[in-house]
Amino acid sequence: MVKEIERYGIPIVHMSTITTISESVGANRIVPTIAIPYPVGNPNLSKVVEEDLREKLVRRALTALGTEVEETTYF
Amino acid sequence: MSYKVLYYVNQFFGQVGGEDKAGMAPVMKDEKVGPALGFDQLMGEEAEVVGTIICGDNYFNENNEEAVKFIIDAVSEKNPDLVVAGPAFNAGRYGMACAGVAKVVADELNIPVITGMYGENPGLEIARTKSLVVETNDSAAGMKDALAKMADLAKKMLKGEKLGYPEDEGYFAQGKRLTVFSDKRGSERAVEMLLARFKGEEFKSELPMPVFDRVAPAAAIKDLSKAKIALVTTGGIVPNGNPDRIQSASAQKWGKYNIAGKDSLEGEFYTIHGGYDPVYANELPDRVAPLDMLRKFQKEGLIGEVYEYFYTTTGTGTSVGNAITFGKEIGKELKEAGVDAAILTST
Amino acid sequence: MNLELRKIEIKDVVFGEETGLKEGVLTVCKQDIIDELMEDVNVKSIKVDIAKPGEKTRIIPVKDVIQPRIKVEGKGNGFPGVTSEMVQLGSGKVNVLDGVAVVTIGDIVGFQEGVIDMWGEGAKWTPFSKTLNIVVDIEPVDGLDPHTHEATVRVAGLKAAELIGKAGKEAEASIVDKYEMDDIFTETGKYPDLPKVAYVEMLISQGLLHDGYIYGVNSQKILPTLIHPNEELDGAVISGNCVAACDKITTYQHQNNSAILDLYKRHGKDINFVGVILTPELTTLEGKFRTCDYTAKLCRTLGVDGVVVSEEGYGNPDSDLLMICKRLEDSGIKTVLITDECSGWDGMSQPLADTTPEAVAVVSTGNVSHVVELEPADKVIGSAEAIATLAGGWEGCLQEDGSMVCELNAVIGATSEIGYHNLTVELY
Repeated sequence: MVKEIERYGIPIVHMSTITTISESVGANRIVPTIAIPYPVGNPNLSKVVEEDLREKLVRRALTALGTEVEETTYF
Repeated sequence: MSYKVLYYVNQFFGQVGGEDKAGMAPVMKDEKVGPALGFDQLMGEEAEVVGTIICGDNYFNENNEEAVKFIIDAVSEKNPDLVVAGPAFNAGRYGMACAGVAKVVADELNIPVITGMYGENPGLEIARTKSLVVETNDSAAGMKDALAKMADLAKKMLKGEKLGYPEDEGYFAQGKRLTVFSDKRGSERAVEMLLARFKGEEFKSELPMPVFDRVAPAAAIKDLSKAKIALVTTGGIVPNGNPDRIQSASAQKWGKYNIAGKDSLEGEFYTIHGGYDPVYANELPDRVAPLDMLRKFQKEGLIGEVYEYFYTTTGTGTSVGNAITFGKEIGKELKEAGVDAAILTST
Repeated sequence: MNLELRKIEIKDVVFGEETGLKEGVLTVCKQDIIDELMEDVNVKSIKVDIAKPGEKTRIIPVKDVIQPRIKVEGKGNGFPGVTSEMVQLGSGKVNVLDGVAVVTIGDIVGFQEGVIDMWGEGAKWTPFSKTLNIVVDIEPVDGLDPHTHEATVRVAGLKAAELIGKAGKEAEASIVDKYEMDDIFTETGKYPDLPKVAYVEMLISQGLLHDGYIYGVNSQKILPTLIHPNEELDGAVISGNCVAACDKITTYQHQNNSAILDLYKRHGKDINFVGVILTPELTTLEGKFRTCDYTAKLCRTLGVDGVVVSEEGYGNPDSDLLMICKRLEDSGIKTVLITDECSGWDGMSQPLADTTPEAVAVVSTGNVSHVVELEPADKVIGSAEAIATLAGGWEGCLQEDGSMVCELNAVIGATSEIGYHNLTVELY
């Protein structure tokens, strides 16, 4: 799905945990996330720490969207 | 009763001319011209070629809409049971034209198509999924063999007979994975395969590894503070009650939900994705689709806005074919809505 | 270790006053089972039913399938670590009620429970249409959190199998299968020229309804572990998951693991079967790297020449399967992988979520999205409507007349990746 959206010229970042799949399949901008049941969260952390974690991950995603890339790049 | 076949050839095989006639518009002749004649003879009593369409290769590729319309009209006039195109051997433009014929006849008219090409013909990729493409040599010297294979396949198809494996029948595998019963259970076949490997004997893997294509990276956003960002997920996050009944696995559809004014997905959304422990996503769906953070960044001015629609589907067991379709449909909406960038989260 | 599985041929199952076995007919006392299982405060009610091969009966939603047995010599009856006290498994003599299965159903915990049809089209796609099924419907008390709900149902099913197994205590076996395997050095001393083979069994370990248990230990918590094949055949590994009905390894299939059985058959003849490695499929990338590295290292430490690797589930675990394959092939160890595929309704989609060119020898156990049409059943044990929520089913796939269309995804054991069933895929 990531690639099809990107074909329209829309920069897209894939936030996913199993980045090996992401890379094999061919996403260009990848942000590695925490775990399959909670990619941008972590219920084992306190609320404040978890929110900070999510904020940092989404920030990285936005950075990815603002960065030119030539090939698969991790952020 | 003999079956009716409509035949398609290019300007050269249609005996009109060479490169100089590549721009000719399509015509339909009632006679059997060129390879159509040979094919008709091979089919004997079983089928008859009722018309030959001759079209310039450049014309087909440059005036696709008109060419396709001509094909549709011709088919409706002649009412064939089968359409045959080519064989195109290694001629690229001819192969693309044959592929174009196969596509419209198979997709829109629901009539089977047979054609023939060499393995490197650029038209093969599309043609093979829409028609049966017989493997040929790279030049017209292979015409006799090609027509013979095409006629054999045609006879089987018209009679509704089951076709053998692609490698036995001489056509390119269409890529269809068919589940069938074996006389041995899977573990037994696995042990036998390993023993064959130890002995250096030949074996056939039952699952060829997929090859994924690449997409050129889209240009980066110049000014994030003005950008409209869309949030998409394959984590199966849907509004409570799953109003559109998106499947828990092997999704056949995607959903789009208005999130304007919402600061988070909590309380109103949950997950129906059957492939992961749902407890944490149900407590706080933003752990899968981080609307809360995007909204925060919007308020802080880091990004321009969050697109008012949130897109979702279930990733587990969902075929790549469906994923491609969903991606195309969602991408189209995002493009039309002037979305500048997207974040897609997966589980 | 020396294990004897003594198969008692069961010809029929009926309800009666007392659980017992006579001349191949198993009598089950319903009330005894109900009383025993109701001892768990979390169980609200129990229903027991019987479904026989050929009857137009549909069982849905199925959670687990367990084989009833009783250990007649040696320690370790039941499921040590789960329903009975901790004991080393793998030795002794076990009486097996051959041809009988305990099938658990009840309110859905997750989305991946399944269906078993005992006749017609549906019966072809599941191995459990051929067993005499004692169906135990377990209703938990209200208000249980999902993890407790799952545990309650799981343990109840195992206990039911244990209870029914007792009927086999004095019976005569018609077939006795012996599993004898000494330590690796002794066996290699006996067969120095045979290629050494290990079996890597991947287990889904991804949370609620996606876990396996080894001697009661949740597979999420383990590092890849060497285990003697006899231990698994003796009940050390049980299912806590419904990863997807088609390829989840039911407890019955652990007890009768076909990959272990087929490798064992060749031990001392074509191969030197050195052991089984249980490998968890985890949900983090770091976890996957750790388990794949560790699994490959265990294989190298054992000095094996070849490995059969089976997966459980599809999607993210495809990545683990291929990483293990690559690490082994790069070490010069020959692999054969057993997996199913997600090729879509039309069979035209790429079969796996990941790819690696080193996977040159793969057995495919079927396309999980292959669509089947099932006729209406005369009797439904459980709830037919459940198909709408099950993976492989969808809203509207159940017709008013009781017939339904669904994917193999929803059929128990259809695409078993330990190779238990006999489906394959051909390319056209």
